[in-house]
Amino acid sequence: MARLDVRKTYKLYVGGAFPRSESGYTYEVLDAKGRFVANASLASRKDARDAVVAARKAFGGWSSRTAYNRGQVLYRVAEMVEDRRPQFVAAVQQAEGLTAARAGGVVDATVDRLVWYAGWTDKLTQVVGNANPVSGPFFNLTTPEPTGVVAVLAPQASSLLGLVSTLAPVIATGNTCVVVSSYARPLPAVTLAEALATSDVPGGVVNLLTGSAATLGPWLAAHMDVNAIDLGGVVGLDGAEGSSQQLATELEVAAADNLKRVRRAPAAEPDWTAGPGLDTMTDFVELKTVWHPMGV
Amino acid sequence: MPSSATDTAVGSTGSSGTSWSDVTSSESSLRRFLHGLPGVDQVGANARAAALGTRSIKTTAKAQALDLAIRMVDLTTLEGQDTPGKVRALAAKAMRPDPTDPTCPATAAVCVYPDLVPVAVEALGDSGVHVAAVATAFPAGRAAMDVKLADTRAAVAAGAAEIDMVIDRGAFLAGRYQLVHDEIVAVKEACRRPDGTSAHLKVILETGELATYDNVRRASWLAMTAGGDFIKTSPGKVSPAATLPVTMIMLEAVRDYRAATGEIIGVKPAGGIRTTKDAIKYLVTVQEVAGPEWMDPDLFRFGASSLLNDLLLQRQKMATGRYSGPDYVTND
Repeated sequence: MARLDVRKTYKLYVGGAFPRSESGYTYEVLDAKGRFVANASLASRKDARDAVVAARKAFGGWSSRTAYNRGQVLYRVAEMVEDRRPQFVAAVQQAEGLTAARAGGVVDATVDRLVWYAGWTDKLTQVVGNANPVSGPFFNLTTPEPTGVVAVLAPQASSLLGLVSTLAPVIATGNTCVVVSSYARPLPAVTLAEALATSDVPGGVVNLLTGSAATLGPWLAAHMDVNAIDLGGVVGLDGAEGSSQQLATELEVAAADNLKRVRRAPAAEPDWTAGPGLDTMTDFVELKTVWHPMGV
Repeated sequence: MPSSATDTAVGSTGSSGTSWSDVTSSESSLRRFLHGLPGVDQVGANARAAALGTRSIKTTAKAQALDLAIRMVDLTTLEGQDTPGKVRALAAKAMRPDPTDPTCPATAAVCVYPDLVPVAVEALGDSGVHVAAVATAFPAGRAAMDVKLADTRAAVAAGAAEIDMVIDRGAFLAGRYQLVHDEIVAVKEACRRPDGTSAHLKVILETGELATYDNVRRASWLAMTAGGDFIKTSPGKVSPAATLPVTMIMLEAVRDYRAATGEIIGVKPAGGIRTTKDAIKYLVTVQEVAGPEWMDPDLFRFGASSLLNDLLLQRQKMATGRYSGPDYVTND
């Protein structure tokens, strides 16, 4: 006897829970060959608003964890992704149209990327922090501190490796984030959310919205309670080169209102397999310098 | 026995033919009257309140609702750790809730403990924002009668324009309605100033402890016949505090009381109203159940502290078209 399909409902990930979109809207997700795969929630501006509230609420706890502990948590995420390897391989294969072997390579690179950032959490301070030489009887120390709530427009093409490569450095330094996934390839992001929920990442540290970066971007860029925004996902939006550049400019202007840190959209989506530089992390930290008297 | 108790109500009894002095003259007649009130259909009340909460209030209507709600807020601080400095800060916020926007209206009142009334009075000056004081051994209401009256007199003498009193829930639940009634009457008397005017009396029913909707209706009528100017859900210290169905039942009571006597009594939900969405649900309920006359800060108030910040954030969102954040309102 034929067994009934048990189809998965792809939902948002906000504040550690998996709600449907407040608007009730969904959109059709197609695989690389244009065949229907599933309906994904179409996040609305109110979902983005709720996600910012959740991220803000989680910020105090996450940013005050020790860097060492954040490293442990990120490593745990890597373990969870590794554990669900076949599922991620299938999702990437379906979304990006890769062969099984290449999709497997992408998932391996994703896990390695998480481990790489897990190692960096308690080392970044040594590298970008400093004991500054000053002409006075003071210790003068500079340390990086998290910026706050970061809005991330995730890459449109690289649905898993690109997503993790923009997401992991943001939370590694103690920020919390609201991520808008790739519009056309959102399903690996939802699966990643499930891995995040079962690792030790506190609810609200990562909030994943599936939907249009062109729609949600302006609300997040103008949001007064968002401290920084990564515009990487603007690249290639709407196909036409001109319109995505225009959108990027509009978002930068909107972000200027409360002096958000902006990671500008590159001209083209980078090769995510290349090893990242430290700027992925240092773009979203604030350098705090303290003067402390010495001698006496 | 209550002699001056019912003068106001009786004077305007009018068409109903009910004389409150008859009703309130004895324990048994009071009980007969209160238990003769029609029972509340609990399921129906909950369903109606839920239905009223589904209205969609947008754009210009929402902008009006926001301003009205701000004008109705009794900005409250009732903590053991309240200091004169905190009260002054709260008073400044009550007068100008959003310093960046001169079109933002002031709140209705500042609500403090009696000993901080002089500080609030001085800080508010002639701004038009009233000073409300909780009295009568707030929040439990468990003290000797003369202590409660002295508490009230001291607050009025210090310049409080409004007194929030708590009823003796123990006596009410034990069925000693006369005692509760006499207490309200006595406190009302204590609200009188030497010049003959009187501080507004808000009677806190503590609906969270009254257990049933029938009791809420009875307590509302008891407070109104005893001369309360306002009936208030709860001190905001006990959970569940104000809920929409309970407020709706109280609004029905003031509506019916007006039909019977011609007198208009105010309603104040307090405690647990934290979001603009909630506040707008209450406003819809006021409009639909009591009527448009009650859409007025003199007749409907929100006892709240954190609500005001959410109202301001929504107001900023409407004015600027972008989401605001907690960095742009005061943290109090």
